[in-house]
Amino acid sequence: MDYIIIVVSAIFINNILLAQFLGVCPFLGVSNKLTTSFGMTGAVMFVMTLATIVTYLINHYILSPFNIGFLQTISYILVIASLVQMVEIILKKVSPALFQALGVYLPLITTNCAILGVAILVIQKEFNLIESVIFAISNAIGFGLALVLFAGIREHMDLAEVPEGMRGVPTALIVAGLLSLAFMGFTGIV
Amino acid sequence: MSQWKNFAKGFIKENPVFVLLLGMCPALGVTSTAINGMAMGLATLFVLLMSNMVVSLVKDFIPEKVRIPSFIVVIATFVTIVDLVMAGYAPAVHEELGLFIPLIVVNCIVLGRAEAFASRKSFLSSMVDGLGMGLGFTFALTLLGSVREVLGSLSLFGVKFMEGDGILVFILPPGAFIALGYLIALMNKLKKA
Repeated sequence: MDYIIIVVSAIFINNILLAQFLGVCPFLGVSNKLTTSFGMTGAVMFVMTLATIVTYLINHYILSPFNIGFLQTISYILVIASLVQMVEIILKKVSPALFQALGVYLPLITTNCAILGVAILVIQKEFNLIESVIFAISNAIGFGLALVLFAGIREHMDLAEVPEGMRGVPTALIVAGLLSLAFMGFTGIV
Repeated sequence: MSQWKNFAKGFIKENPVFVLLLGMCPALGVTSTAINGMAMGLATLFVLLMSNMVVSLVKDFIPEKVRIPSFIVVIATFVTIVDLVMAGYAPAVHEELGLFIPLIVVNCIVLGRAEAFASRKSFLSSMVDGLGMGLGFTFALTLLGSVREVLGSLSLFGVKFMEGDGILVFILPPGAFIALGYLIALMNKLKKA
């Protein structure tokens, strides 16, 4: 039951993008087309899950036992950056097809605050390993859901006539605000 | 380019939030009040200034290939300093900003300036650039925070100026997107005029 609560709250209620504002840069950057947003979602889910597992292990077997919690930020960001590089190299060798699909998005992910954010949140919420993995996957789904919905709206938005100063980013932000308002309707489910 | 121009560009012409659209996550996440926005802006200003200075000093010793990871370590060091100092001296603000303090590390504006500016220019230029960009970021966050606080809770910097409740939605997450959207539209309009 606890797991279901984690999943529902991460996807709908505390949506990582629309309620917690993590990962807004790629949200505005790559959400022009539906296909790219699917690619981005796949890459985020892959890296987020891996990064959460690795940082969880680092926290429990290195940082906590030696009492060096203050190194959290430095060690996490280094691990995430090198993890992304490693994933890129391995994917290129093992699965060129997948690399083709995700390749361009991978370097972007290092500076996606959602990855580091989830890694830190997991420690703050004191989840165990299984809960952490579920939390990471559901957050990636939540990210993807918001991204895909937004991309769908944006494809139509290009055709709409808006005042000159509002074209582009301002309209996109206001639409994101409305989407966020819609997601607030989920508050109180669990 | 004169140092003054270099300094002033961060405010309007190349404002990190309104024009370059960098560092959107903290800009949206912590600006429910003007004070929070300003605190976040100042924390980022410190990191940006220090990392720009250090990066411009060590740029000649760092091999091209490990450039980015080295910059990240420099940035993360200063972020940790800010994090610990804030937790020690301003625990209330630290509590409010929460997750967004360690996340300064992945704020694109910090790494962006280190990579695009500090790793190429002299020490003095980098320092001025860091200061200008940081103040521009602080300005943007304080402005956004003020707008949201005034509309949402009818107060400014914690001082209530009118009775009543205000438009609650501006303090909630959707209000951040909407307020920033209109501010950017306004900036576009001002730049054209």
